[in-house]
Amino acid sequence: MTVMRMAELVMEGVTKRFGATVAIADLTLTVGDGEFLVLLGPTGAGKTTTLRLVAGLEGPDVGRVLLAGRDVTPEPPAARDTTFVFQQYSLYPHLTVYDNLAFPLRSPARRVPEGKIRTRVLEIAQLLHIEDKLANRATQLSGGQMQRVAIGRALVRRPSIYLMDEPLSSLDAKLRAEMRVELKRIQRELGATILYVTHDQTEAMTMATHIGVLDQGRLVQIGSPREIYADPINTYVAMRLGSPAINLVPRRLYPNVEAPAAAETIGVRTEHVRIRKSANGGAVGRVKWIEHLGDQNHLHVTIADTDVVTLCDRDAGVVVGDAVDVELTAPLFFAANGERVRAN
Amino acid sequence: MAEIRIEHLHKAFGDFAAVRDSTFSVRDGDFFCLLGPSGCGKTTTLRMIAGLELPTSGRILLGDEDVTFKRASQRDIAFVFQLFALYPHMNVRANIAYPLRSQGMLRHDVQTRVEEAARILRIQHLLDRSVSGLSSGDRQRVALGRAIVREPMAFLLDEPLGALDTEFREVMCGELRALHDRLKATTVYVTHDQLEAMAMADTIALMNRGVIEQLGTPQDIYDRPASMFVADFIGSPPMSFLPFRGSVVPGDRSVRVDSVDIALPEVREGSADTELVLGVRPEHIELSDDAPLRAEVVDAEYMGTTQIVTLNTATGTSMKARIQAHIHVRPGESTGLKFRPGQLSLFDGVSGRALRTALHDGDAHG
Repeated sequence: MTVMRMAELVMEGVTKRFGATVAIADLTLTVGDGEFLVLLGPTGAGKTTTLRLVAGLEGPDVGRVLLAGRDVTPEPPAARDTTFVFQQYSLYPHLTVYDNLAFPLRSPARRVPEGKIRTRVLEIAQLLHIEDKLANRATQLSGGQMQRVAIGRALVRRPSIYLMDEPLSSLDAKLRAEMRVELKRIQRELGATILYVTHDQTEAMTMATHIGVLDQGRLVQIGSPREIYADPINTYVAMRLGSPAINLVPRRLYPNVEAPAAAETIGVRTEHVRIRKSANGGAVGRVKWIEHLGDQNHLHVTIADTDVVTLCDRDAGVVVGDAVDVELTAPLFFAANGERVRAN
Repeated sequence: MAEIRIEHLHKAFGDFAAVRDSTFSVRDGDFFCLLGPSGCGKTTTLRMIAGLELPTSGRILLGDEDVTFKRASQRDIAFVFQLFALYPHMNVRANIAYPLRSQGMLRHDVQTRVEEAARILRIQHLLDRSVSGLSSGDRQRVALGRAIVREPMAFLLDEPLGALDTEFREVMCGELRALHDRLKATTVYVTHDQLEAMAMADTIALMNRGVIEQLGTPQDIYDRPASMFVADFIGSPPMSFLPFRGSVVPGDRSVRVDSVDIALPEVREGSADTELVLGVRPEHIELSDDAPLRAEVVDAEYMGTTQIVTLNTATGTSMKARIQAHIHVRPGESTGLKFRPGQLSLFDGVSGRALRTALHDGDAHG
């Protein structure tokens, strides 16, 4: 595989408004060469707008977009060295897989010789494990294969950055899990630079080298998956990562826990909640429901009027209705406005 | 509230048998999931219970009454579809009240029932809103309201969460289960999503090609899959399969896979020399440098609490392990695999059927 050339995306103080709505607010972001950056956020957070700004499908009201050190802000999409993969894979149904993959290279503007196209298509087909499907028509493929061809069509070109808009969301759960591993492998093998947006935290956690969490057009936090999971800067970020979600309990339920003065809420991950049947020390809760998910049991415990979810050993011998002590082993503290407060 | 009994139910569409000789009971107050891939017959089964489809043969009993050939409207059940069909020109209150109005119930009684349904679903504040402005979750709550307001003997739900996005689906799973705990109504729930079924059901019937492959509690199905189909359908990631050639006799406590002896629950049912398959759940695999069964790390997926490691054994079998997130693994490195012996499954690789081992001891169905 040929080595990709250096690619880096920089967005500097980018703001984009649609009428009175601020879609992107003062966004500053760097995607380093070979990095797989995932922007995570719910519908309306500004994820797709960010991609469109990079691709040149939208122009910013304020700020600059730089690709490989060059300011591309005024340039049209065709002049930018980017490739877009959409959520809905649109293949040419009357063409074979080979011709679908070759299509972007056959554009008259590019004039790639047919021999070179062939080499490149075969290379990509091998990478995607669809080399035996090249003669098939696009319509004869399964959903997963079609999405692989769609991604392949982006990969045959060597842009400085790949822009991906929820490319896995139309696949079923099993296929999505497979494609996560595939896409990460491909990215690693190509050394590709990817800016990927999704609302699916599992995709972000498992594939990204860095995650940027978006909230209403603002980049709230950026870091490695582990950093963001372990060290969220506010309750919004804490809630977006982790399944089951982090428990947020009122500080007053744990008067004995040492906490900064401003702490109003204690955040604790399911794996940091310890349950004991006897009653002393921690807050006393009652087991409301045990969710058997096969590999894990989730214990739902009610403390006063707050529900706490914890992982539970399958042979812990706890049953619904039991009174339990709930101890928090690695608490995070948040102020009334949701911002993290740290112990001094 | 009532028990639902299905006896030798069969449904053919032309030459195609959608449901084959199906017999099962849904206990009074049970949250019962019909689970399976598309085309397995789960929706057809549900539609026959609802009266929207007539069986080719067999019987359906609701309570003690044979309802097999009764019309849908004469069965005391409520149906909730995947696509919440609400009347767009009516507000939330009128939508929920509709089934009662059409029965001719007194206005005052309707009012009381609607308020009660809205309270249970926590949508009192939406009662006078138009349904067209509601979020998808609230629309689904209104659709549920229209079902529970009738206080039927049973609820039938056909992929009611299928149209919602992942995160919201998890929230709604919790809500639906909590609602069930309050109403204690017999519920038959159709889904293709094993996580929904695992999270909510008291009982799961896993269907494949018109037949129930296994019926049991979520834990039972997860721990003791009756076939490779079940083992692969349930679990995220699913069970990994290690194929090997060999034979077993009752009393065996280990099998030989890739020249390595692997301990497993004592075999109760022997097999001739054939293709066998060892089934391992991801959380029962431990990475251990000195274990003789070797594999290469293909990928590690960080999930916060845990990580999922994709492995390739020396003979090219792909496996998935779920291990703690803090353990350091790198793609490309070689590792040994250790399995938790008490939890492994053994299958006949030709039929796909599970062979009985000590894992099944005390299992009533044998």
